[in-house]
Amino acid sequence: MVAAVRFASVSRHFGEVRAIDDVSLEVADGEFFAMLGPSGSGKTTCLRLIAGFERPDAGHVHIHGRNVDGIPPYDRDVNTVFQDYALFPHMSVRDNVAYSLMVRKVAREERHRQAEEALELVRLAGLGERRPAALSGGQRQRVALARALINHPSVLLLDEPLGALDLKLREQMQIELKALQRKVGITFVYVTHDQQEALSMSDRLAVFNEGRIEQIGTPQDIYEHPATPFVAAFVGTSNLIEPPLAAEIAGTDRAFSIRPERIRILEEDAPLPQAYCVVEGRVEEVQYLGASTRYDVVIKGGARLVVLRQNDRGATAGTAARPGETLRLGFERAAIQVMPKSNDREAG
Amino acid sequence: MSTLGAEAVLTRPGALRRFSSLLYVRPRLLLLFLLVPPLLWLGVIYLGSLFSLLAQSFFYIDGFTGQIVHELSLRTYAELLSSRANLDVILRTAGMALSVTLAAAVIGFPVAYYMARYARGRVKALFYLGVMLPLWSSYLVRVYAWKLILAKEGIVGWAFDQLKLTWLLEGLLSIPVVGGASLSVSYLGMFLVFTYMWLPYMILPTQAALERVPLSLLEASGDLGARPGTTFWKVVLPLAFPGVVAGSIFTFSLTLGDYIIPYIIGSSRFFIGQVVFLQQGTAGNIPLAAAFSVVPIVIMAAYLTLAKRLGAFDAL
Repeated sequence: MVAAVRFASVSRHFGEVRAIDDVSLEVADGEFFAMLGPSGSGKTTCLRLIAGFERPDAGHVHIHGRNVDGIPPYDRDVNTVFQDYALFPHMSVRDNVAYSLMVRKVAREERHRQAEEALELVRLAGLGERRPAALSGGQRQRVALARALINHPSVLLLDEPLGALDLKLREQMQIELKALQRKVGITFVYVTHDQQEALSMSDRLAVFNEGRIEQIGTPQDIYEHPATPFVAAFVGTSNLIEPPLAAEIAGTDRAFSIRPERIRILEEDAPLPQAYCVVEGRVEEVQYLGASTRYDVVIKGGARLVVLRQNDRGATAGTAARPGETLRLGFERAAIQVMPKSNDREAG
Repeated sequence: MSTLGAEAVLTRPGALRRFSSLLYVRPRLLLLFLLVPPLLWLGVIYLGSLFSLLAQSFFYIDGFTGQIVHELSLRTYAELLSSRANLDVILRTAGMALSVTLAAAVIGFPVAYYMARYARGRVKALFYLGVMLPLWSSYLVRVYAWKLILAKEGIVGWAFDQLKLTWLLEGLLSIPVVGGASLSVSYLGMFLVFTYMWLPYMILPTQAALERVPLSLLEASGDLGARPGTTFWKVVLPLAFPGVVAGSIFTFSLTLGDYIIPYIIGSSRFFIGQVVFLQQGTAGNIPLAAAFSVVPIVIMAAYLTLAKRLGAFDAL
């Protein structure tokens, strides 16, 4: 099957700054694909290259097998949900949603019918008469979504669409967006700097850093097997143990990462399971987080380990340590992720 | 401890400090202090004198004695509207104001668009300077400069001559009504000078309105399939329209009220400003001068009503 979006060694420079540098990727048809990275990592530039607001300085962008390098945004079969929603303030919600139909000279009754349908899809039926200014942030977001979906684009581009919403609404919209994508079956390319959002919504995601892709994979892949120290640190919390300490603890001559929730606090004198790595340390900081408690532990050589312990038996039950106490920590050898030998990107 | 701190503050009750505390407690008092001087200026001196002038238009001149009769009457308005010459003056002035406004909008919009959307840093500063620099020099100097530029022996005539296009200039000047013996005594020349004079007043508000249109709206329009032309008519222009209307209020009303440019550049056919000047000066007919100065106000009110109907202020 032809990829919905394909980047072949694409670069885009702004003066000296390499917004994206030699990026290659493929987004499968019907996929929910997230682009995750800190601000300035090039993920939004990638989205703008697909939309046609930017043109590559090198390489080629293909949409459904068609090279789009010379095709302006208005002739591309993709639509965008903008970060600031970009609703036209001088038009009603209905006219906003039906804008692309108006451009294509669809008759008025047909425009209104389809706009109402699209508004129903995003659960805003009956609000067509209002101005965007009269809507809440979440409602505006849905209008932007309806406006972008009304044309049934082959790819829908979303640029941090939930960034301006508060936490509760964001979580609700994450679920709705995912359900909507399943329903309409359109390829979604979703830009976000929120790793939790990328993990929970996407089929696959690409982690961006300084204009390059660090890793592409399923959420499980990325979280369980981060390919680089950057991915390990950016996606979730991670402990990175450098050599030579790595050899002492886990018997590897390369750096490895271990997730905080994979580290157990061991009861004294408890028998150790097979293939367990054990290290002792002094508790520096204890943070009660509700569902879990976070311990910052200093181990030998001054290295720090973040340990997350589920409070499934109440926070005070079992080994509730205080700052200054010594803890015995352990984790399965299989839980560690060994980093690639030389990281030339970090060096460069 | 805390009482000690409070005393330390209270033991230094400078008059200024007490006054600023008073303003802090009563914010409305501050507003009053800030607003009274400008309101006095605007309300009493400016609007007051304007209304007393307008009130004069309801008096009339006694035809025999030449004295002003202080009696409320619409006689002066009847005189104003019954004279063919007066109506010509009004139509001539309004027509000129309309042409100048349209020309300023058409010329000013691209400049404003470039300033708002593309010019950055030095280039933008240069544009601001270029637009405003003419306002720094004397109005009279600029009008007389234009008189020389547009004169038969002036640089415009010379340029047409060098380009072997004298026939074109003469053709333009031979058009009835707008033409004349030379540009400097024709409506065409007056139109050029008016447009030059008021152009900055059109560019600046238009530019400010365009500046407030986010780039993402233009991108969204293109993203939804609109070609640049459609984006201009459906998104850019409607959103910049309040700015253009604000600019047109300047260009329109400034042209309606001006009496120097028609005096220096024009022919002997009068404009409203000149008639007001002559009636209240030489002729001593203050009621008629006042009635004439009501005309631009009525025209502007009608113009604003029309602009509001067209939705000019919806996007504000």
